Amino acid sequence: MGILEIKDVGKRFGGLQALSNVNLSVHENSVHAIIGPNGAGKSTLLNCLVGKLIPDTGSVMFDGQSVLGRTPHEINQMGISRVFQTPEIFGDLTVFENMMIPCFAKRDGAFRMHAIESFTNETSLVEQAEQMLIDVNMIDKRNAHSASLSRGDKRRLEMAMCLVQQPRMLLLDEPTAGMARADTNNTIDLLKEIRDTRDITICIIEHDMHVVFSLAERITVLAQGTPLVEDTPDNIKGHPKVREAYLGEAA
Amino acid sequence: MLGLDKKDTALLLAVAALALFAPFILNIFPQNTALAFFNGGYPDLMQRFVIFGIFAIGFNILFGLTGYLSFGHAAFLGVGSYAAVWMFKLLNYNIVPALVLSVIVAGLFSVLIGWISLRRSGIYFSILTLAFAEMSFRLAYSVLTPLTNGETGLQVYSNDPQILMGENGVTSPHLFGLEMSARATLDLGPWEFTFPVGYYLCAILMLISLYLAIRIFRSPFGLMLRAVKSNQQRMRYTGLNPKPYTLAAFVISGMYAGLAGGLLACMDPLAGAERMQWTASGEVVIMTILGGAGTLLGPILGAGTIKYLENVFSKMNEALLHSWFSWLPDFIETPLIWVLSKFTGEGWHLTLGALFMVIIIFLPGGLVEGGQRIGRLITGRSRKASDTATKPAE
Ligand SMILES: Nc1ncnc2c1ncn2[C@@H]1O[C@H](COP(=O)(O)OP(=O)(O)O)[C@@H](O)[C@H]1O
Ligand SMILES: [Mg+2]
Repeated sequence: MGILEIKDVGKRFGGLQALSNVNLSVHENSVHAIIGPNGAGKSTLLNCLVGKLIPDTGSVMFDGQSVLGRTPHEINQMGISRVFQTPEIFGDLTVFENMMIPCFAKRDGAFRMHAIESFTNETSLVEQAEQMLIDVNMIDKRNAHSASLSRGDKRRLEMAMCLVQQPRMLLLDEPTAGMARADTNNTIDLLKEIRDTRDITICIIEHDMHVVFSLAERITVLAQGTPLVEDTPDNIKGHPKVREAYLGEAA
Repeated sequence: MLGLDKKDTALLLAVAALALFAPFILNIFPQNTALAFFNGGYPDLMQRFVIFGIFAIGFNILFGLTGYLSFGHAAFLGVGSYAAVWMFKLLNYNIVPALVLSVIVAGLFSVLIGWISLRRSGIYFSILTLAFAEMSFRLAYSVLTPLTNGETGLQVYSNDPQILMGENGVTSPHLFGLEMSARATLDLGPWEFTFPVGYYLCAILMLISLYLAIRIFRSPFGLMLRAVKSNQQRMRYTGLNPKPYTLAAFVISGMYAGLAGGLLACMDPLAGAERMQWTASGEVVIMTILGGAGTLLGPILGAGTIKYLENVFSKMNEALLHSWFSWLPDFIETPLIWVLSKFTGEGWHLTLGALFMVIIIFLPGGLVEGGQRIGRLITGRSRKASDTATKPAE
């Protein structure tokens, strides 16, 4: 049994069957990649996991509990954190303030009225936030306005905000799309570090196969809304069906 | 001090000093001089400064922190006034139960309006709040006349129950016997200063309001409200529910408005529906933006500026303009006064509109930003000056 169990999931947009018969099992503390050509339904699948979309059929279980019908913040509180294709951070706030928000969310839940003490007096949370910034090499930017960060640093901050909550699972939707080579390598290195130093399940969605080969333990290839194959990176590389799916897209 | 850091303490003390000495500062021009026209140190106006300061401080907790622009906050102001006058009618003229009920009723009312309006965001939220306030205004004139006394306005009559009044009870709003209309005056040569009880009571409540607002700004709750403004998507995927945070901010600002409305009734025991009109809602928006939305001092500055200018400009009439410009040749004076008269008296809103446009275009951060720019200019200059002064010595 994996920590994430996707069974017979289907999703239709009007006349388009975006997902059909998706069955997938992600094992705890592994890195699982989902790849596939553009329009294969990768983002749709991910949105079904985080509460943005509700699939028409099938079930999604996280650690034995259904995520279907729950809102994004409830699913996050179950231990699933999400990184967006373009980094989503609190652009009006400083790096440190950005880090404090997930710390409060983790400790106090979806809503708690804490309107009197200054948030900087929460010493244990401040320590947590600062330690995380040290871990991702961003402590020197602690007081920077987060909107002024480079794209790579924004991504780094977003991941730090997810990690400080110590989620059980990290979901990433094309984390390197549109990034320069240096930022891409930077992100891959960070992910490797996370994989090797933390007890966390990582599920990464990618269009670019090369990004995931060095990261993932298992890869699922999605084409036209259905999983084609699931295997180790080495076996996926030479798989005729995969070549067909990608060559088909190129032609 | 009081759990505030140095900067915030300094701000609070500065505002407290301004409030304490306002009767002097605002009556800086000697009586019987032409400039005395620009004095603002009389009870009615000073009370309006601080009451609308409270209104704007509360509005800023919603608009400045979360970015949700309500165009209906005057409804809570009006409701607060009605609640206070009802307490005067039913109990007696003591302002304590009146203010408590004002805040509670405005709070309940804002839970209802906020809960519905916050189903939408951006312009749709603004329009919903505007619609609700306008509905309240209309209802006060029609169906709710038994509660509001319609166009006449709600006031206290001699046959009202006033069950706590007693034999020789005080017949105007008071704090356990201390009448709001009581005042001391000080004549210093050509100067005349007035110290009204009502003003000082309102000023103390404004300082408490400001203090609470500072605590909210610095708290985890305040941080969440800024997160609402910045990125709700990220908030949700961080495990936070933006809706209750926004609603809480809405209700808090509604309660501030209710307190302000209650105080208006305590200074003058009368409540009319025009207090709920959309122009009154727009006024607090203008005050907040003019002073500097999202800053602590901005709303107070904005409220004071607008109420002061309103007073000065609406008092100017043609006769006065005439006496000022009579030294000009007629062919200049006549057109000049014709133009100026459009911007003064009844036409003062034209001046307000022009001022608002100038601020939005040249100082989008409001008066606070203007102050900061001037401050930077001065410190930047003095730093440069000291640089050149030290250089020869090296
Ligand atoms: N909200 C939506 N409404 C209608 N069609 C959608 C919606 N979201 C995605 N689609 C369609 O579903 C298909 C899969 O999209 P997506 O999951 O974004 O693919 P991928 O992320 O693999 O590139 C595409 O054909 C896309 O146009
Ligand atoms: Mg996609």
